[in-house]
Amino acid sequence: MHFDTIAAISTPMGEGAIAIVRLSGDEAIQIANRVFQSPGGKKLIDEQSHTIHYGHLVNPVSGETVEEVMVSLMKAPKTFTREDVVEINCHGGIVAVNRVLELILTEGARLAEPGEFTKRAFLNGRIDLSQSEAVMDLIRAKTDRAMNVALGQMEGKLSKLIGKLRNALIETLAQVEVTIDYPEYDDVEEMTIPLMIDKCTWVKEEIDKLLQTSSQGKILREGLSTVIIGRPNVGKSSLLNSLVQENKAIVTDIAGTTRDIIEEYVNVRGVPLRLVDTAGIRETEDIVERIGVERSRQVLKEADLILLVLNSAEELSIEDERLFEAVSGMDTIVVINKTDLPQKIDMKKVESLAAEGTIVTTSLLQDEGIDELEEAIAKLFFEGNLESEDLTYVSNARHIALLHKARKTIEYAIEAAELGVPVDMIQIDVTRTWEILGEIVGDTVQEGLINELFSRFCLGK
Amino acid sequence: MPNKFEAGTFDCIVIGAGHAGVEAALASARMGASTLVLTLNIDMVAFMPCNPSIGGPAKGIVVREIDALGGAMGKVIDKTHIQMRMLNTGKGPAVRALRAQLDKVLYQQEMKRILEEEENLILRQASVDELIIEDDEVKGVITQVGAVYRAKTVIITTGTFLRGEIVIGDIRYSSGPNNQMPSIKLADNLRELGFDMVRFKTGTPPRVNSRTIDYSKTEIQPGDEEPRAFSFETTEYILDQLPCWLTYTSPLTHEIINENLHLSPMYSGEKIGPGPRYCPSIEDKIVRFNDKSRHQIFLEPEGRNTEEVYVQGLSTSLPEHIQKRLIESVPGLEKAEMMRAGYAIEYDSIVPTQLKPTLETKKIRNLYTAGQLNGTSGYEEAAGQGIMAGINAAARALGKEELILGRSDGYIGVLIDDLVTKGTNEPYRLLTSRAEYRLLLRHDNADLRLTEIGYKLGLVSDERYAKYTLKQNQINEEVARLRKVTVKPAEHVHKIMQETTSSELKEPMKAANLLKRPEISYDQISRIVPPEEKLSNEVAEQVEIFIKYEGYIEKSMQQVERMNKMEDKKIPENIDYDAISGIASEAKNMLNKVRPLSIAQASRMPGVNPADISILLVYIEQGRIAKISS
Repeated sequence: MHFDTIAAISTPMGEGAIAIVRLSGDEAIQIANRVFQSPGGKKLIDEQSHTIHYGHLVNPVSGETVEEVMVSLMKAPKTFTREDVVEINCHGGIVAVNRVLELILTEGARLAEPGEFTKRAFLNGRIDLSQSEAVMDLIRAKTDRAMNVALGQMEGKLSKLIGKLRNALIETLAQVEVTIDYPEYDDVEEMTIPLMIDKCTWVKEEIDKLLQTSSQGKILREGLSTVIIGRPNVGKSSLLNSLVQENKAIVTDIAGTTRDIIEEYVNVRGVPLRLVDTAGIRETEDIVERIGVERSRQVLKEADLILLVLNSAEELSIEDERLFEAVSGMDTIVVINKTDLPQKIDMKKVESLAAEGTIVTTSLLQDEGIDELEEAIAKLFFEGNLESEDLTYVSNARHIALLHKARKTIEYAIEAAELGVPVDMIQIDVTRTWEILGEIVGDTVQEGLINELFSRFCLGK
Repeated sequence: MPNKFEAGTFDCIVIGAGHAGVEAALASARMGASTLVLTLNIDMVAFMPCNPSIGGPAKGIVVREIDALGGAMGKVIDKTHIQMRMLNTGKGPAVRALRAQLDKVLYQQEMKRILEEEENLILRQASVDELIIEDDEVKGVITQVGAVYRAKTVIITTGTFLRGEIVIGDIRYSSGPNNQMPSIKLADNLRELGFDMVRFKTGTPPRVNSRTIDYSKTEIQPGDEEPRAFSFETTEYILDQLPCWLTYTSPLTHEIINENLHLSPMYSGEKIGPGPRYCPSIEDKIVRFNDKSRHQIFLEPEGRNTEEVYVQGLSTSLPEHIQKRLIESVPGLEKAEMMRAGYAIEYDSIVPTQLKPTLETKKIRNLYTAGQLNGTSGYEEAAGQGIMAGINAAARALGKEELILGRSDGYIGVLIDDLVTKGTNEPYRLLTSRAEYRLLLRHDNADLRLTEIGYKLGLVSDERYAKYTLKQNQINEEVARLRKVTVKPAEHVHKIMQETTSSELKEPMKAANLLKRPEISYDQISRIVPPEEKLSNEVAEQVEIFIKYEGYIEKSMQQVERMNKMEDKKIPENIDYDAISGIASEAKNMLNKVRPLSIAQASRMPGVNPADISILLVYIEQGRIAKISS
């Protein structure tokens, strides 16, 4: 198998102390060797695998020195892609790293497509499909916690859990199958309908639990889409600025989309907030008017979290109440700002309007209450599980979709069993559930069932 | 070497006249190919060396499929059984199956008569020593006495005869089943031709004299009172049935086995091939499941004109004197007189991944193999392969199109696909759990699935085909009618529904929807809204199943479609697996050996993981782009 040699900047765009340009492919070492000059005159092609070398990159045509670098040499097959890999550590900064990349590309490497290194690792048998999904998630992880989820998946936490569910299903199935294939043997306890309902219900509940974490997992991966709303001059912009200033803002250009869409991420105690339509909030003060506009409604509908800002120094207005109506039923934190001014707002009324929503009081001007707000956000998100990093989160969209599918199928089996449908029909949905769960972890079908059959039961003439 | 002489030329030669051989020969002859059957002993045509029982889950459905394709097994069972039962009646239609106890001798005689009477078919006693091969193509066979028979195609169906060896205790001798002559030279010839062969083992229990059984200590197992038949053409039923009997092993049985385990060839360190897990010897059962305090023993008469009784569940290869003690330890058999001892038999079988889905060998053109030789066990599995090999060999000889049944067409399709795709490391038995689409592969609809195919091949008569078309029309019309006609709440409706646990009908409802209620049967619907003409039971059954389980049938069809998509992803014939570095080496070995035709087939292969399949898929999809260069 032969692929051409690819190269890409492997560190995030933006200012940083160092940046890395990575090459992978048969010619990776030759290409690097052609542009590398070490003080002692050593040649990269003569060096051992898994060594690191100091030197300069020099344009072989013009003789001009491009960068001061450290070059890591990793020869196939013990590399991420199982191909020869070279990593060039250069100074951070867009200009420096781009010059290195350009030089490498003119020497014969091709610019890698997004995810192409991972794809090669997969194609060369280095990682399986679910692991490559995890790697992609890992790369895209926006906070430490999101990274832990991806790492957990790579370690197989999710696989283990799914495996447990599949085991329960296959045991049930084996018992059904055995009474079908050996009807006149009394050696095997018949899988009764109530027993089957019990087992299937347990599986359904476990899937439910996983799905409950899925919203959290998805948020960890994709960010908690957050909308700040409020009447003009209640302090929305100040809130936004405080959040951005307090926390490291992550500016990402999303791979595969046009470069000019920029989203802002704020890391609040491990929860990545994705501030949606922030431009809109900045520009348009009068969101109240815009509430009637379909687009704004859509923004609200898709939000995971609403920060509703009120002015403590003013009485509740009709507009405020309309805002409460607009966000009813959503995860909302009511921020009562401007507590540095005399309070005019009717707190009792706010409490009743907020129903079960959290209320935080702040004085953004005096930097007060931000901590409480952040805590409220984290608490809302983790639902009291702030510290338990052991939870298995399902974060991958494909996995979530499959879990929903599995849940529907097992539910169908339970209903059918309750209706008195024959067991060989119910089995169709139980088997299907088992298959769907198998798709999540990438497992085989059918053969496992037969082996189970014979390892557990004494059968035959 | 004897002097050779020319003995005749045929379209197709079948070696062996067991359950695979007879179906192969009949299919071939009936398709119009001149057919010669050569067998070691023509008194043993379609002999049942193990228990005289055919059918059961999955296997019984194979018999129905053979019948729908115009085969003989079902008809002969219907004429010669001593008992018939429908199994799994308490479950749904997907898993119901017929099983028959046969009169061993009558079955053989009837089958032999059918071969004798068949046009285009010659049955001859001979021992084939050698195949004639030219340029990797089979041209005929040579017998022990030097007779040279030439043919366009040859089908080998030698069962357990190839280098057969009987093992009892520490005694081992060269023999076919039941002390018949084994076939040694043909086995050597196949090895010389380069076929991969493996040793498999199977076994049979002792037989006892019925007069010496105390049946009062056993439970009676009668046949069904309702008349049953395997063949869709049978109209006359045997009503006079013989019962079987059920007893159990005793603590003493287990003690005797545990004490004498070292004398069993399976445990004495004797080198012996793997046996079937689903048909374990009593030694195996007791060792592997030692927490079970007793095991079932069924006593099955071997026929109407004999006192010999088959002791099902006591299959063993312990020394004869231990077998005698074992029998006497079973309640009811304390004084039983053993007529034949049980034994294990080891034999050569061909590794079936060397076969195409038509059962032609990949190595030698026009050579087909079928039956136990291909690593299966059971009369039904043998017969199912037999008819397919017969059809395909005759088609080749006559220049007609080959026939491959898919996994969604029938259990025969599942069986052959499993064999040629996965191979097997023990004698293979069909189970309903091996079929992904068993709701579609029912016992009751085998005729609807396969009669059309049988008719096109010339294996089904015009008369039968007309009956089949009529049945199909009646089903379609009745289903359409029930979907159209509305049932309104009324006194007579209420009365009929009260026969069930069904809740009262309050709103008008389509009859078809009412029939979907699990507790309502077609019988009740047909009384609520009677059809113009009363329908036969077979038609009524199809209508009921079709409407009642429509949702599930649709789900199964979707499953078939999903798989068909993968079946449609063909793997290029010249693919170089070694050049694809991502595929694990175990998978590479398997893929190189089997050379699957499609992604679907590859995905069913053991040792080929989903990861390998996804890599293979990516390669095939972008084969042109990524350029697989070797």
